[in-house]
Amino acid sequence: MRLEPIANPPLARRLGLPALAIAATTAFGSGLAAVAGADPFATLGLILTGAAGSRFALLETLNRATPLIFTGLAIAVAFRARLWNIGAEAQLYAGAILTVLVGTSGLGLPFVHPAMALAAIGAGAVLLLGPVLLKTRLGVDEVVTTLLLNFVVLLLVSYLLEGPMKDPGGMGWPKSEPLPREARLPRIVEGLRLHWGFALALIAAVAVWVIQTRTTLGYEIRAVGLNPRAARFAGIPVGAVMVKTALLSGGLAAMAGFSEVAGLKGHLSLDLSPGFGYTGIIVAMLALLHPLAVVPSALFVAGIFVGADSMSRAAEVPTYIADMLLAAALLFMVLALGLTRYRVVRG
Amino acid sequence: MTTGAGDEVLRLTGITRRFGTLVANDGIDLMLRRGEVLALLGENGAGKTTLMNILFGHYLADAGSVTVMGRPLPPGNPAAALAAGLGMVHQHFTLAEQMTVLENVLLGTLPLWRAGLPLGAARERLMRLAEDFGLAIDPDARVGTLSVGERQRVEILKALWRDARILILDEPTAVLTPQETDALTATLRRMVGQGLSVVFISHKLHEVLGLADRCVVLRHGRVVAEVSTAGATRADLARLMVGEEVATPSVAPGRPGAPLLTLEHVATRAQGTAHPLRGVSMTLRAGTITGLAGVSGNGQAALSDLISGLIAPTAGRMQIADAPPRGWSPRAAVAAGIARIPEDRHKTGTVADFTLTENAILETYARAPFSRRGWMDWRAARDFCTRLIAAYDLRGSGPEGRIRLLSGGNMQKLILGRVLEHHPRIILANQPVRGLDVGAIAYVHGRLLAARDDGAAILLISEDLDEIMTLSDDIHVISEGRLSPAFPRGTMTTADLGLWMAGQGFADAA
Repeated sequence: MRLEPIANPPLARRLGLPALAIAATTAFGSGLAAVAGADPFATLGLILTGAAGSRFALLETLNRATPLIFTGLAIAVAFRARLWNIGAEAQLYAGAILTVLVGTSGLGLPFVHPAMALAAIGAGAVLLLGPVLLKTRLGVDEVVTTLLLNFVVLLLVSYLLEGPMKDPGGMGWPKSEPLPREARLPRIVEGLRLHWGFALALIAAVAVWVIQTRTTLGYEIRAVGLNPRAARFAGIPVGAVMVKTALLSGGLAAMAGFSEVAGLKGHLSLDLSPGFGYTGIIVAMLALLHPLAVVPSALFVAGIFVGADSMSRAAEVPTYIADMLLAAALLFMVLALGLTRYRVVRG
Repeated sequence: MTTGAGDEVLRLTGITRRFGTLVANDGIDLMLRRGEVLALLGENGAGKTTLMNILFGHYLADAGSVTVMGRPLPPGNPAAALAAGLGMVHQHFTLAEQMTVLENVLLGTLPLWRAGLPLGAARERLMRLAEDFGLAIDPDARVGTLSVGERQRVEILKALWRDARILILDEPTAVLTPQETDALTATLRRMVGQGLSVVFISHKLHEVLGLADRCVVLRHGRVVAEVSTAGATRADLARLMVGEEVATPSVAPGRPGAPLLTLEHVATRAQGTAHPLRGVSMTLRAGTITGLAGVSGNGQAALSDLISGLIAPTAGRMQIADAPPRGWSPRAAVAAGIARIPEDRHKTGTVADFTLTENAILETYARAPFSRRGWMDWRAARDFCTRLIAAYDLRGSGPEGRIRLLSGGNMQKLILGRVLEHHPRIILANQPVRGLDVGAIAYVHGRLLAARDDGAAILLISEDLDEIMTLSDDIHVISEGRLSPAFPRGTMTTADLGLWMAGQGFADAA
């Protein structure tokens, strides 16, 4: 058996196969629910209503999607240039650290929000700069360096929360001093539990899309990602493009940390991110690395998490079903997209 | 040298394989006898490797059949080819560097589930094989520590271990030193002495004469000759390989002007297995085409990379119209007025998933009018591309289509237009018509000649001697990184050039 490329896939194939992937994911989820001893259809229904069945559920999903949009964009930007940034988790935490440091420094309105955001972006960007320079100068694999930096930064956060940044009024819990009231991001509509971080995430998605399609840098990034050899031959400065991509990607991932601290939690703790940096990879892949598609993709992923949380309380099916559903969705989708462009031939 | 008229062990009948519009193999018939060494001779792109890949089941033929030992071989099935007694030694070795010689030989021959390796018996058998065929090797050495010649022995042993009766070697001596080549020759002699048969692919004439009993010459995917090597000379083979001096459209000579690009004793660093430049001097004059003939891998890539701005010389000087280049980067080369037509238009010349418009501005995107203060002006880019499509008779797609859907000829027209539209002073054309059909070839050549008449200095790199001899005002031959003197138009025959290509005539030739 081998794969044969299809020059111009017909529309039926391009729409039918992803639809099939969603159907397969649903069937897989039903199977899991049945194994857990629950009614499969009721379980999937509960996930759906838990994610979007009420105003509260919907806002919860939007809140959960906010950091995922940022990390998804960070990954999408980097992967476009074939820069394999697996370190969005670390960049998120680096952004969160700087957000707390600047936010608790006594800076007042109207400077505190931009200052926090810029500091966070700078921290995330610098964190990815090292691995990228190692890659372009010495050929060190950035998958390894960015992945390992996740653990380094998480341990650094752990140290900071037990030491220099520990909240004196925190009753011994490893968490930072909370941001003062004026440093918190306000809610978009008073009374609704949705903060401005979500709006910033949407703006970021549009901005990244504009950068990719309208600017010279975007053109360079796409050329380097699609064919680095041709890009180098044509005179595109591949190394410099990589560095700029890294700054953009690291900054976007750090915005997730800024938004979670200033918009939602108000302080830094070790459970700030339940793996948003890694889940961002799934978000970006499901969006086919398209910055605008990252938004619905993040909403879908967030919906499954939020829905599964609520479902598990009602149906006593473990929330791990969310992780398995996402993994299955990604695998089915990758398979479907592969089969859109290739057909399997015998012999 | 033959072991008598052996039985037929292999027959290919009417093998045809097309890649798009290119016919790589065109009705090829081939026969191999027991105890015979058959050479498959031909230029790069003649279809040798395609043919062997079909034989070995890596490609499917569009037509034709293969018979091994009188039995038909199922197509497209490498496992069946192995089982039928075929063994292949690829040009690029397929060895696991972290494993020992013995482990590499055993790799793939053992069942998946099995505790422990039967190493004792295996080592004994391997040593016996090595002894029988004069392939001295340490079975416990890690492959990563071995020389290229030793690795080739491991590849041959792998085939023998699987009881190959027919051994196929793809350019076996391309990477060997003369001493290693001698050892290989001795090994192949022992093999045929024991009743094995060997096919080896080559474009080196002296090897074919030294090793083979019989030689089949391929050209443009067809068998053009089959000769016994007894009594044949290098000049005979060179003529067969590159073709008779066919009547080609006569091209009016260029009118030489001022030197636009000069190289003085230039040397470059070695990269991979291709030869670097060794003390190369040449002058490209306005209004002329300078042809560079040679067997691929002899320094063409280094010269092309140097002029393209991809590498800097380690010694010597380069002058662009009396001034040294402003820097060694592709962008500096483009800014200096050098038009670059790369050897591989798919991998180096274009970004396959980019549109025609995006590809048309690949070298100039950073300048006005395409880019202003960091913002792209796509309208200007599209207008430029539309102009190219009209001016260069580019068919198959509009400016918004992906370039991967274009034929090779149309792709090359885009590259031509992209560089010629800026009226370059110097044109580097590296294999500009390789793989193109007749119409596209005439078009590309016509454009190059028009640019020459407008006063450009052109360096034409090609492995097709006809092309070189038709177009060039001066011809250099490159061999092992050395450059021959310039031969003016009409002073050399293909046979003469073939000898220089084989390395004869150079001051330090052996």
